[in-house]
Amino acid sequence: MQKYLNATLALMFLATLAGMAVTPARALVEIDVNKGVVEPLPIAITDFLSGDNMGADISGVVAADLRRSGLFAPIDKAAFIEKISNPDVAPRFEDWKVINAQAIVTGRVTEEPDGRLRAEFRLWDTFAGEQLIGEQFFANKQNWRRVAHIISDAIYKQITGEMGYFDSRIVFVDESGTKQNRIKKLAIMDQDGANLEYLSRANSPNTLVMTPRFSPSPQSREITYMSYESGQPQVYLLQLETGQRELVGDFPGMTFAPRFTPNGDKIVMSLLRDDGNSNIFTMDLRTRSTARLTETNAIDTSPSYSPDGSQIVFTSDRGGRAQIYVMNADGSNQHRISFGDGSYSTPVWSPRGDLIAFTKQSGGEFQIGVMRTDGSGERILTSGYHREGPTWSPNGRVIMYFREDAGSGGPRLYTIDLTGRNEQQVPTPNFASDPAWSPLLQ
Amino acid sequence: MRRIAALTRNPVAIALLAALAVAGCRSQQQVPNNAADLGLGAGASAATPGSKQEFTVSIGDRIFFDTDSSVIRADAQATLTRQAQWLNKYPSYSITVEGHADERGTREYNLALGARRAAAARDYLTTRGVAANRINTISYGKERPVATCDDISCWSQNRRAVTLLNGAGS
Repeated sequence: MQKYLNATLALMFLATLAGMAVTPARALVEIDVNKGVVEPLPIAITDFLSGDNMGADISGVVAADLRRSGLFAPIDKAAFIEKISNPDVAPRFEDWKVINAQAIVTGRVTEEPDGRLRAEFRLWDTFAGEQLIGEQFFANKQNWRRVAHIISDAIYKQITGEMGYFDSRIVFVDESGTKQNRIKKLAIMDQDGANLEYLSRANSPNTLVMTPRFSPSPQSREITYMSYESGQPQVYLLQLETGQRELVGDFPGMTFAPRFTPNGDKIVMSLLRDDGNSNIFTMDLRTRSTARLTETNAIDTSPSYSPDGSQIVFTSDRGGRAQIYVMNADGSNQHRISFGDGSYSTPVWSPRGDLIAFTKQSGGEFQIGVMRTDGSGERILTSGYHREGPTWSPNGRVIMYFREDAGSGGPRLYTIDLTGRNEQQVPTPNFASDPAWSPLLQ
Repeated sequence: MRRIAALTRNPVAIALLAALAVAGCRSQQQVPNNAADLGLGAGASAATPGSKQEFTVSIGDRIFFDTDSSVIRADAQATLTRQAQWLNKYPSYSITVEGHADERGTREYNLALGARRAAAARDYLTTRGVAANRINTISYGKERPVATCDDISCWSQNRRAVTLLNGAGS
């Protein structure tokens, strides 16, 4: 956790690198991410110059980020003709056209007198023959992977026109042990699986934890989750900086399915009633006041706010089977939006506000899909023995979820593009479930 | 459950509970019902009347549910009726009813479904004369399957409510 803090505090964005051609009026190289099937853009990511391995390490992380996005195809370094010796001058574009590199990334990593790392990079448009961006960063050395992710985000944004998502983290549940006595621990890592740290130390199957979610506060320094640590399953708040835990609210029964409001002032969650049904409540984290939002003789759970905070999407079986409903933030105007075959649960509002991701059970399979906020335009992105728990990348472009195949023994984390292409496993040391994606770090 | 939750927040009440418990050695969070823990099989017929073993083996400590349902089936009614008769005969026991779901559902919904099943079993027991204040409930959702395979033969065993004897008795 200490490492994480250093990473968030010590990174400093400095200046745009001038020197070469300024921002071009018309870049030739771009990706239209809304075009449907996108051919990955061939891009040459050269090793950043440095006195040690750091330059190659950083450009390696950049290449891995861009490749995993499915929108870029980093070219094998063995095919490079020009060896970059001075990243301050333009590459020999003709050499890069030969290997069909549409864009070129060059850079340099040096150490400042105070020990900090200085990383510079430039993105070049091969066919326009000009620099698209040039930036430099200063950071503590141990934060070198964040520097790489920030560079990846800058390249992604320049070429796709959309915000990136690489400088972000994932909180999830690490699973070990047998299925009958699963040991579950909270864990946090970078979006690419690096820098994994455990947030709970339980080695006993008695201490079940589940459904961690980030607060929207700057740098995502709080999470809310559900734990059996008191014997009664209840919702908790965890401060990542201090490790301090606190019970959320003073409710008489099980509380579960927590999420923050978009401005982080409240937690919305389900509360079990004495009659066995569950309704949705909010608790204000400052005043501790609670409000009931639903009051049906049904299971109402998995609430998730629209990004503007005005609406909540949730699961309810009030109509017989689990379906997706939307209501205003005060609980008014509750209405069903899912009407397809099967049952729907775990709705999550996209950060762009236009879509809702969900888990669907249909025909004996589990699916991850998206629909518009009025329930129209349903699209299934992935389907199989078990798929559950979508979470959105900060830019609303990628969905992470957990997937288990029959006989595999446990779940793993996967990402998939909003188009349903490019399904990729996220590396974790053990089985993993309940991923939640942070906002972009700052 | 309301009562138990309130008690656990009150240190005085907790002390009182501890004093009242004769053999109050129920672990705070027991690992529920490994098949191996059930004492099924050899020696079952030797169960002492009023013992946990008798309850588990001769009475039956669990009932099963249909998919996505918390309706007490006819076979489950028979089991719960036996449980209630036994509990009424041995009133020193308090019980925890655990509600469980199979893995063919999503985590949060299944927590709610398990809770609803536990409540349904609790309500049935109370209609058969078991005092409500002897019954605590907890849901484990799909987190604690007893049978693990990838087909219905396992899922049907995991959709269950299990009655655990807590205090007193032997």
